[in-house]
Amino acid sequence: MGTHENPNTPHIGTANKKGQMITAPEEIFFNAPRTQAFLTGSEVIKEAVKRSSVDFSVAYPITPQSEASSLVGELYADGYVGDYMRGESEFAVMGQCAGAAFGGARVFTTTAGPGTLRAFENFPMWAGARLPIQVVFTVRGVNSPLTIQPDTLEIAFMLETGMLLWHAEDAQDLFDFMMKGYIVAELPEVHLPIGVICDGFFVTHTKDVVSMTPEDMALPHYNPYANPTPVMDMETAPIRHMRDPFIMKSNYISYMTHASWQLEVKAAMERSRKMTRKLLNGLIEVENPDAEILLVSSGTAVSQSREAIRLFRDKGVKVGLVKIKTIRPFPKEEIREATKNAKYIFVPEFNVAGWMAREIASVVERNERVIAGPHVAGGMTMPPEVIVEEVERTIARMNKK
Amino acid sequence: MSKEKIVINPEFWDIIPQDYRDLVDHATYGKTDRGWKDVGSSTELIAEHSLCAGCPESIAFRHIMASIPAPEDTVMVGSTGCTSLVFPMVAVQNIHSLFGNQNAIATGLKRALAYRFPNQTKDVIVLAGDGATVDIGLDMTLQSWFRQEKFTTICFDNELYANTGGQESGLMQKGFVAKMAPQGKKFEKVRLPEIARESGCAYVAVLTTSKPSLVERVVKQAVLIAREIGPTYLQIYTPCILEIGKQSMEGLQEMRDSESAGERFKFREFITPEAQAFIDDMNAKKKADKLAASANN
Ligand SMILES: Cc1ncc(C[n+]2csc(CCOP(=O)(O)OP(=O)(O)O)c2C)c(N)n1
Ligand code: SF4
Ligand SMILES: [Mg+2]
Repeated sequence: MGTHENPNTPHIGTANKKGQMITAPEEIFFNAPRTQAFLTGSEVIKEAVKRSSVDFSVAYPITPQSEASSLVGELYADGYVGDYMRGESEFAVMGQCAGAAFGGARVFTTTAGPGTLRAFENFPMWAGARLPIQVVFTVRGVNSPLTIQPDTLEIAFMLETGMLLWHAEDAQDLFDFMMKGYIVAELPEVHLPIGVICDGFFVTHTKDVVSMTPEDMALPHYNPYANPTPVMDMETAPIRHMRDPFIMKSNYISYMTHASWQLEVKAAMERSRKMTRKLLNGLIEVENPDAEILLVSSGTAVSQSREAIRLFRDKGVKVGLVKIKTIRPFPKEEIREATKNAKYIFVPEFNVAGWMAREIASVVERNERVIAGPHVAGGMTMPPEVIVEEVERTIARMNKK
Repeated sequence: MSKEKIVINPEFWDIIPQDYRDLVDHATYGKTDRGWKDVGSSTELIAEHSLCAGCPESIAFRHIMASIPAPEDTVMVGSTGCTSLVFPMVAVQNIHSLFGNQNAIATGLKRALAYRFPNQTKDVIVLAGDGATVDIGLDMTLQSWFRQEKFTTICFDNELYANTGGQESGLMQKGFVAKMAPQGKKFEKVRLPEIARESGCAYVAVLTTSKPSLVERVVKQAVLIAREIGPTYLQIYTPCILEIGKQSMEGLQEMRDSESAGERFKFREFITPEAQAFIDDMNAKKKADKLAASANN
């Protein structure tokens, strides 16, 4: 199989052509010494790609990911990424990514907002074709009039694509989720595309201290043959799929095939939980679950909630936190358990729809406890004071009734 | 890939489908002189199809599959349409993903294969309908040519959207009355071959599938030039007999009529000087090898 003697894919314990030692993932994630760096989110994306043995990346400009995707181009020029190109539109970009993944490459790309929606038809196709492509979505508004501001609405569109969706709270998460994301997404029993999400500008354009794995260690290369579907490289027998293409048939076998494959994609996502729990140290993070009031959310809304909790503490009010790391698979059991004693479950969100509140309400018992809000949208920030005010006002209103 | 990879454990031989056994027994892998003459004797790359009886697409498919220079290292990319009903029965690996994205898929695929197999040749061939190539996928078709992506694009031009029931397409003739063109199509057939030439294709040919030897020559040329020099484009008339009201035996005559002098599928080709030099060189080498072989005998 072409990959064995290939200088482009060295094995664990040998160095790649840039001198990085190919190292077992657990070793890189949990044992290797970490060093602190002060970086923007865009720079963090570059650093994570640099350590991830990426074979192919496609770029297309859209704020707020343009800097990151051009930094990946610099990595390619330096020899850290196998091949790199600028696509002609996000629809084409995601097709180019798919073609490379069908051909057995580890693929990376980034997009945001309108780019995500332009590309949309590709995402369920990727999942159905079991292509473990990684996209970083640096989410931004998708409304008209034109906006480039941070907004998490686009995630709502992504929920049922069959992709794994992990939401980074900050630059540190972004770094870790990107590298760990490849390991989970490429498991043969998972083998699904993954969207690593970060909030545009708040994460991409601000600087933060990030604890980095060694620069001279890189993840093992993708082994495309550990795969539930054949690699399109003519290195395995070119089986004929079927005599009668299912699309032509309106019969039970055809329906059953489509239905069972959809269920299999769902099952593959379920199977990702085990390794994800191990690598991310759980699908959620919980603080003070015994508090009457809980703030439950993902992404930057979590950072703001942490600040709000501090303000509450100064006032002598105990407020707990549930940070959701994986939006797909959704941590139902964990959330149900973590929220079981709360009286009020507030869900702060950076979008007008309140989709995260709906997700949570769909899994917790006595879901009248779930309160959607506070919402900000259109690029507004969510000062912790706003969260505190909203929580106090809502509880006062509820108690009056 | 060598033929060794497709051998079957003798224990399983009797339960393996006939077409796979054909592949093992007859695959023309590694055979440099394979061509249209093998169509009748070997069916290992394509045997059955689920197109309408007599559909010229099925004939074109057979001629092309018999002519591709190295099926053992060829991956094909299709698109939604009548062609996508044939691909599940084609025994080279092939990708169907969406409608119209075929040249984007092929771009990523070709680059991945070039990177993963630096010391092996892997050919990529796109085969899609006119709607896929010229209408919904036009930007990706052209952009792959602008970028000089090294693969072959084959368009099965039946001058309409067949699979959805005969709607107007960009390659339809002006004036043709079709679904979604109730008063006849109001603009000319898009001149994609000329656009291909201007967009950087190293080799372009327009033909029908009425003459298998011609199909063999242009397919081989297109794939080899794409391998070495740059993008190539073939536009093959495969009339949709169903939608133009022909019987299953009438496809061949329809193609012949359309390729006579002055007709829209009169054979024409364009080749860049660089591609021509490459082909001349290759033919000269072949001749020299033949001479040397006969001298040795
Ligand atoms: C995004 C999208 N739009 C529309 C369709 C519907 N559709 C399927 S096949 C087809 C026509 C294909 O026409 P062409 O490419 O000329 O191939 P033919 O069937 O004529 O061989 C269309 C419009 C689709 N599958 N996907
Ligand atoms: S609909 Fe037309 S193009 Fe499609 S299989 Fe039938 S004859 Fe061929
Ligand atoms: Mg057509």
